[in-house]
Amino acid sequence: MKKTIFLSVLLTLTIALSACSGDKADDSSKLDESSITIGIPQDIEDSLDPHKAVAAGTEEILFNIFEGLVKPDSDGNLVPAVASDYKIEDEGKTYTFYLREGIKFHDGTPVTVEDIKYSIERCADTSGEGTLLVSAFSNIESVEIVDEKTVSIHLNNADTDFLSELTSAVIPAWNEDPAGNPIGTGPYRYVSRVVQDSMQLQKFEEYWGTPANITNVTLKVIADSDMIVTNLKSGAIDMFCRISTDQANELAGTDFDVYEGTMNLVQAMYLNNAFEPFSDVRVRQALCYAVDPQAILDLAFDGKGTIIGSSMFPAFGKYYMPELSGAYAHDVEKAKALLAEAGYADGFSFAITVPSNYQQHVDTAQVIVEQLKEINVDASINLVEWETWVNDAYVGRQFEATVVGVDASTLSARALLERFNSDNSKNFINFNSAAYDEAYGAALVSTDDAEQTGYYKTCEQILSDEAANVYIQDMASLVALNNRYGGYVFYPMYVQDFAKLYLK
Amino acid sequence: MKYAGKKLVSMLVTLLIVSFLVFFAFAVIPGDAAVSKLGTQATPERIAALRAEMGLDRPFFVRYGDWLFSALRGDFGKSYSYGDSVSALIAQKLPITFALTLLSFLIMLVCAIPLGIYTAKHEGGMLDRIIMVVNQVIMAIPPFFSGIMITYLFGLILKWFQPGSFVSYTVSVGRFFHYLLFPAVAIAIPKAAMTVKLLRSSLLQEAKKDYVRTAYSKGNRTNGVLYRHVLKNAMIPVITFLAMTFTDMIAGSVIMEQVFSVAGMGRLLISSISSRDYPVVEAIIILLALIVVLANFAADLLCRVLDPRIRREV
Amino acid sequence: MEKRKKRNAGFIAGCVITGIMLTLTVIGFFYTPYDPEAMSAADKLAGISPRHIMGCDNFGRDIFSRVLKGAQTTLIVAGGTVLIGTVFGVLIGAFTGYFGGLLDEGLMRVMDALFAFPSLLLALVFVSLFGSGTYQVILALGIAFIPSFSRIVRSEYLRCRNLDYVKSARLAGASHLRIMFVHILPNIYTVLLSSIMIGFNNAVLAEAGLTYLSIGVQPPDASLGEMLSNAQTYLFSAPWYALGPGITMVLLILGFSLMAEGMKR
Repeated sequence: MKKTIFLSVLLTLTIALSACSGDKADDSSKLDESSITIGIPQDIEDSLDPHKAVAAGTEEILFNIFEGLVKPDSDGNLVPAVASDYKIEDEGKTYTFYLREGIKFHDGTPVTVEDIKYSIERCADTSGEGTLLVSAFSNIESVEIVDEKTVSIHLNNADTDFLSELTSAVIPAWNEDPAGNPIGTGPYRYVSRVVQDSMQLQKFEEYWGTPANITNVTLKVIADSDMIVTNLKSGAIDMFCRISTDQANELAGTDFDVYEGTMNLVQAMYLNNAFEPFSDVRVRQALCYAVDPQAILDLAFDGKGTIIGSSMFPAFGKYYMPELSGAYAHDVEKAKALLAEAGYADGFSFAITVPSNYQQHVDTAQVIVEQLKEINVDASINLVEWETWVNDAYVGRQFEATVVGVDASTLSARALLERFNSDNSKNFINFNSAAYDEAYGAALVSTDDAEQTGYYKTCEQILSDEAANVYIQDMASLVALNNRYGGYVFYPMYVQDFAKLYLK
Repeated sequence: MKYAGKKLVSMLVTLLIVSFLVFFAFAVIPGDAAVSKLGTQATPERIAALRAEMGLDRPFFVRYGDWLFSALRGDFGKSYSYGDSVSALIAQKLPITFALTLLSFLIMLVCAIPLGIYTAKHEGGMLDRIIMVVNQVIMAIPPFFSGIMITYLFGLILKWFQPGSFVSYTVSVGRFFHYLLFPAVAIAIPKAAMTVKLLRSSLLQEAKKDYVRTAYSKGNRTNGVLYRHVLKNAMIPVITFLAMTFTDMIAGSVIMEQVFSVAGMGRLLISSISSRDYPVVEAIIILLALIVVLANFAADLLCRVLDPRIRREV
Repeated sequence: MEKRKKRNAGFIAGCVITGIMLTLTVIGFFYTPYDPEAMSAADKLAGISPRHIMGCDNFGRDIFSRVLKGAQTTLIVAGGTVLIGTVFGVLIGAFTGYFGGLLDEGLMRVMDALFAFPSLLLALVFVSLFGSGTYQVILALGIAFIPSFSRIVRSEYLRCRNLDYVKSARLAGASHLRIMFVHILPNIYTVLLSSIMIGFNNAVLAEAGLTYLSIGVQPPDASLGEMLSNAQTYLFSAPWYALGPGITMVLLILGFSLMAEGMKR
């Protein structure tokens, strides 16, 4: 009796298992000559409408589907895209664009100057009924259709940096559902998606520029970061961006190449400058002296990453000031002295709010807590969900300190420095410096490139001198790509260029 | 008939409580769909504009009333994150999670019932003790960990399936069930361990009762008594437990859906909670509550059939 | 006679294991070989050695010291959760099962609602109302555990309320409360004990699950679940990371359930 039960259980399971492994051959269908499956950490939940998408993870994918009048290249230059050429007049008050000959949307309809005007006005909210979607567009006075190949944008105030904002996507004026049916001009067109599972992209055959190499791109949501390595090893995905150093180590000796670039983020312990004791510059400086970025890199990042000293990272070339990274060399005694001077000889305690979905920031915070013990500062970690972080810490500014990475949405220095203007709505650290406001204001109105760069550097210097935040690093970005493929290219901003990938 | 009517009313009451609790929860936790959508692009102006666009600026009770009224007419609204109608989203995900749960439940029953009876019958035997210890260890392993071990063993070492390449039933039913078998085993194993334990102890307790002793003394054979009387009575607490396990499995499939990259309802629930997409969360939780109520109802009914003493009370 | 001995062996083994675990936990309050939070780049993921008997984690922290601290957290959370679940579960289950009627109907509907309510959402509500921390986690988990306890207890009371001994107690003039808690409760304690054991087990795992969702214990504090979930990344390169907390967790649960098994008889 007992044996029969046992055997039947065993038998059922065996049959079920063997019956199922029978159709294993099907799996090879994904080895189609020109297809690639790319893992992404979360599904696109903000919008497929390029003007409404805000998450960096969404924008880096939409880069392949949409293009603006100009687009960034991998060297950080702006190159013509929907426009074949452009002209800047009146010292930066008028921008004139010439529509590219024969350029088409994904459905085959030609791009017209009306589409360009519509796309810009949609983001600028010139009608006043919608919402300003690109804040720099508030400077637009009017968009003028000169002829059917030419569009001029007139600004209220001269702005030589305005071109970098015009990477904003051009979409067809007639599309009534831009979120559900995204149509652009990029090298890939959107085919379909399954919520929380995957998205299909296909090569756009009538692309105006260098066409994509791989026909089908599948984006697969891998929500559990612990499964990334397993899914790479099993062959379910061929590529994953921004893996951790630990994951890269686990991939050693497999079919994967690991590319190393930079994340292009300013990772720092951002301090709420309005919070007592951080309102005292000496306390902030003391924290900068006490925190040792090199030790953080060694403990949590296998030594990878670039130490930075202000809100600017190396990819920004001419704006970046490498010398600032050494401004606060690790010095516990100096930190203690500064604390004593500020009246906190016995230390104090505060909480570091960290969004829990970013393991690298959680790790960094843990090391910081340990380092601050040396100067008797008792820091604790408060993990919160990302949405809570956005709501309470970022928008509500209810936090004491937080470890996050801040990225740049455009190729302009403004993207990183704007937020520290005392009255900027994104100034979540409540930084308040008259000197900074002045330098930043001067940079905005300057029409001379060298002079403007000088003002931006002054801004960076002030952030460093004032110890606005405890700056740590621009993290290393590691990309795992199956060695059957090649052509992965790093960009100086949050972009994944699928069109350059190829099958070896 | 009266019984059915009563049950229907109580079911509606449960659903009403649940829907209100969910709404209330979203009023309490920080952030809303507008903030979530804007992320670090959020400025007070943009949030205000988006809230107005989404209708989130209306007072709590107005929103709840509005939602309730639409829901009663079968309209659960649109997802803030995906723009699709909630009913369509759920219709797409429910079969996946339901298939996964059913598969796990079957695997669990097939493993647990024979083992439970066996161990009770051979209490104190070598095999019984081994099974109990193995059981205990299985129960002590966190589900996410056993899920990972199963992906390693069957996915990377034995290569019986390819972790991460889940195929929806709309593409291929065969490959769909093939893939689901592994998360199903991962879900079933710890639940099976608990069921074995509960069934065994329930059987043993029942076997000590007077009527069983009497039956033995009258010369009944072990198997006859065991199956006819003891099992029937011992099943009552087990059935209550199984009903809970079934609903637990639906809710608990979240972690396995995460580990095995199965895009089912649990994943949708978790992501919708974090993106504050309350129409989706409301609909899923109401569905879960409905399943809980129905499963408990089924368990009640079964217990009544098995135990006439309870039946008389109705 | 022979059988009794065997049963006692299980009970004694359970007591010994639990005793050792509890002793270690108590020692952890006063002494750990290393500072459980001290990091060292040189010892990053160091293997098992005489200096670090369970190896070191990804920050070079001594795993044994962290296990000592982590077991405390885990025990407190699991114990508190089961306590809340049992007390309220027994009360609700007893009243609804014994009396039935409208009270039963109403309370069980609330229980159903609570049961269907995802614990993640419940935990988020608690965290936003009361902040994050060990006690909030206990409260959230405890409440989440009430429905299953009360359902099991209710079905037992439903079964027992018309048994002969209850009827005779009623005839003898015993009050309802007395019947419920003096007469019936001792008779269902085997089922209750199993539920408590399963509950304890589930609470340990649920704490790990919450940590997985980062609502539980806040780093750099340790709990067994948190350590185990961190260890996943290093399963191949540093398997000992999972081994220490994993074995401790299994022993903790094993000891308790062996003891409970023994007590039942």
